[in-house]
Amino acid sequence: MIPETGHYALVLALAVALLQTVLPIWGARANDAALMRVGPTLAVAFAGFVSLSFAALVAAYVQSDFSVLNVYQNSHSDMPLLYKVTSTWGNHEGSMLLWVLVLALFGAMVALFGTNLPARLKANVLGVQGSIGVAFLLFILLTSNPFLRVSPAPVEGQDLNPILQDIGLAVHPPLLYLGYVGFSITFAFAVAALLDGRIDAAWARWVRPWALAAWAFLTVGIAMGSYWAYYELGWGGWWFWDPVENASLMPWFAGTALIHSAVVMEKRDALKVWTVLLAILAFSLSLLGTFLVRSGVLTSVHAFATDPRRGVFILAILVAFIGGSLFLFALRAPLLRQGGIFAPVSREGALVLNNLLLTAAAAAVFVGTLYPLALEAWNGAKITVGPPYFNLTVGALMLPVVAVMPFGPLLAWKRGDIAGVAQRLMLACGLAIVIGLGVAYAEHGGPALAPVGVGLAAFVMLGAVADLAERAGVGRVPAATAWARLRGLPRAAFGTALAHAGIGICLLGIVAETSWSSERIAGIQPGGTISVGRYELTLERMEPRTGPNYRDVAGVFRIREGGVERGTVTSSKRLFLARNMPTTEAGIRTFGFGQLYVSLGDELANGGIGIRAYWKPLVTLIWLGAVVMALGGVLSLSDRRLRVGAPRPAKARRVPAPSPAE
Amino acid sequence: MTRKSRRLLLISCALGVLGIAAGLVLFALSDTIVFFRSPSDIAAQHPAPGTRLRLGGLVKAGSVDRQDGTHVRFVVTDGGADVPVSYVGILPDLFREGQGVVAEGTLEPDGGFRADTVLAKHDEKYMPKEVVEALKKQGVWQEGEGGVPARATPPATPPAVPGPTSSAQ
Repeated sequence: MIPETGHYALVLALAVALLQTVLPIWGARANDAALMRVGPTLAVAFAGFVSLSFAALVAAYVQSDFSVLNVYQNSHSDMPLLYKVTSTWGNHEGSMLLWVLVLALFGAMVALFGTNLPARLKANVLGVQGSIGVAFLLFILLTSNPFLRVSPAPVEGQDLNPILQDIGLAVHPPLLYLGYVGFSITFAFAVAALLDGRIDAAWARWVRPWALAAWAFLTVGIAMGSYWAYYELGWGGWWFWDPVENASLMPWFAGTALIHSAVVMEKRDALKVWTVLLAILAFSLSLLGTFLVRSGVLTSVHAFATDPRRGVFILAILVAFIGGSLFLFALRAPLLRQGGIFAPVSREGALVLNNLLLTAAAAAVFVGTLYPLALEAWNGAKITVGPPYFNLTVGALMLPVVAVMPFGPLLAWKRGDIAGVAQRLMLACGLAIVIGLGVAYAEHGGPALAPVGVGLAAFVMLGAVADLAERAGVGRVPAATAWARLRGLPRAAFGTALAHAGIGICLLGIVAETSWSSERIAGIQPGGTISVGRYELTLERMEPRTGPNYRDVAGVFRIREGGVERGTVTSSKRLFLARNMPTTEAGIRTFGFGQLYVSLGDELANGGIGIRAYWKPLVTLIWLGAVVMALGGVLSLSDRRLRVGAPRPAKARRVPAPSPAE
Repeated sequence: MTRKSRRLLLISCALGVLGIAAGLVLFALSDTIVFFRSPSDIAAQHPAPGTRLRLGGLVKAGSVDRQDGTHVRFVVTDGGADVPVSYVGILPDLFREGQGVVAEGTLEPDGGFRADTVLAKHDEKYMPKEVVEALKKQGVWQEGEGGVPARATPPATPPAVPGPTSSAQ
């Protein structure tokens, strides 16, 4: 009964979404206030039905109802409850339903919290939002229905892919979807503005909180995915330039550009057309990501078995939304009035440069990801575009972004004074150079670029501090006044500084991990010792263990650093019984910001075992940096300016939580 | 500066950045792409030693020789030709004899292949797409044979969800 209820609720949601697409936009056209007012009610009803449907699927999973095909294929009665719940979206159908759930909840939030939006804009936004819902609900109901039954019902399920039986599945996909789908709101705002043919600075202020929230979720979502891959796959890599990772990185670049250009639009009434285009691009790239993952056109580990019909359906959605919105853009953009003149050297100028480089980086990733596909269609050649391509292009484009980042916030609007700013950054720059030289001296003989990277990371972090100090007038006014001023600064100023410092932290982690990691691969016997970095690892014993749905063999290693005992680390090889599939569970110990990482390989003929051990200095900074960036976004969201004059997402002021449902 | 000259400056800046980006992309593409080859392709085309390739096929049954746990030798076959592969490191969890594999590395002058990355995907039912096509070309592919169906049929659909890459480097 429960799955049928879920299915029925989904069909009802489709009907509601259809009404939500037609009525409010019609109302806006006909200037009918009553019709426009239907929008919010429908959006909330839409969210209600989709939530009900999603809850039904979760219930089927929790009860291990194997008469539902989807549950049978992806669950097992022996799995812990947490994994039973997360398996709901650990498969294609459920994951699409989660996508629509997030969409519906965002729509409901606009309906509930956007009370001060102009009626026409709100009606158009909800209408566009509804049309996205219609497209994806049709997709689910026609090609990916999660509520199909099997008869007779199997006794036991086929288990969830062991790689996914991890807390990572509870965190990463929901956060990523909150980011991806969050950009649907900015997209809806952009299309609504184009439908109306009118746009002003207030529009940017309404859009910015949504863009910031989506961006913060996406940032953390990508970072969590990276950490998950790092500890789950057992070979210590944290970024693979896999097509699906690229698919999440492209909207991140576009979204980062968007939150910056929206500032210019809000403050200076400039860059309107560009901001609207970015809002369309960010969501288009999210849709492209969904297409890449769900259709399996690119060989990627994320997309194993796929159904070509689904690919064609998503491609149709992609073409309709991206093509339609760009067509509308071409039609209406010339009508949008440009305002706000600025000199090339100014805050606006710096933000334009930031936007240019970020979109160029997104384009480089786009080309690298889709080039193999295009080439295969063109002449049948099968190629891979690997990390060297992406490291070179994205690295070269991000370098200037990072290098000029500290200058941006210090430049004045309209007309800036580059010499003055350089003077104010002298201390930060000098310190960064000293740090870089210190590193070059201490790590003599290491990679030549590493000290430059560390210096740059230090410059970005110190630059963020310098920005705050400058705003407070440190050194120009008495300390007490400066303190009072600092406390009086808007939260957005702290948000900017924090997010920029987060980039520096992340960069420091990346430079340290790529330059100074040590790796050892060896075959050892129980009792044997190997050394990696400053640490010595002794294999104390191998012990067999049994879990709820797996058996594993764990290697317990004792860690010593210069003769001093530093505890143990356990790494294991796990065999999941239902699928007869082995996985590697890396053993990780964190010392300071660095990590000792051990994974087990094959058993050897002589009774030993192959092991792979790494010491990765400062590696945790990569993910911590991303979290700091997102916190910066959240802090900006809580700024008074955005709170008073604009709709704000309910969760805006909290640390990104995996689910906005409430 | 007039509004017009400002706009001109802005546009030329934008074009400059785009030009640099396009140059970078073209340069990187010409330099870093790696072609996929099956053992039969290698037998037929004799690529120059030192060329970077992705080699895909099946791990030949009985060919895996683990020397001291970290040095491994195995043979990749597609039914039409064999290529001996040497690899130093830990093989991915799903590396098995008779299963599909993709190895990335360089050809040696003696016709062997030195791999620095070995990929076997995450699912016991999965076969890399290129490998399936290479095997089809050699006529050794049969749907559903040996536990390696081309596309998992409905009751055996593996999940497709954000999850990480399984590989060894």
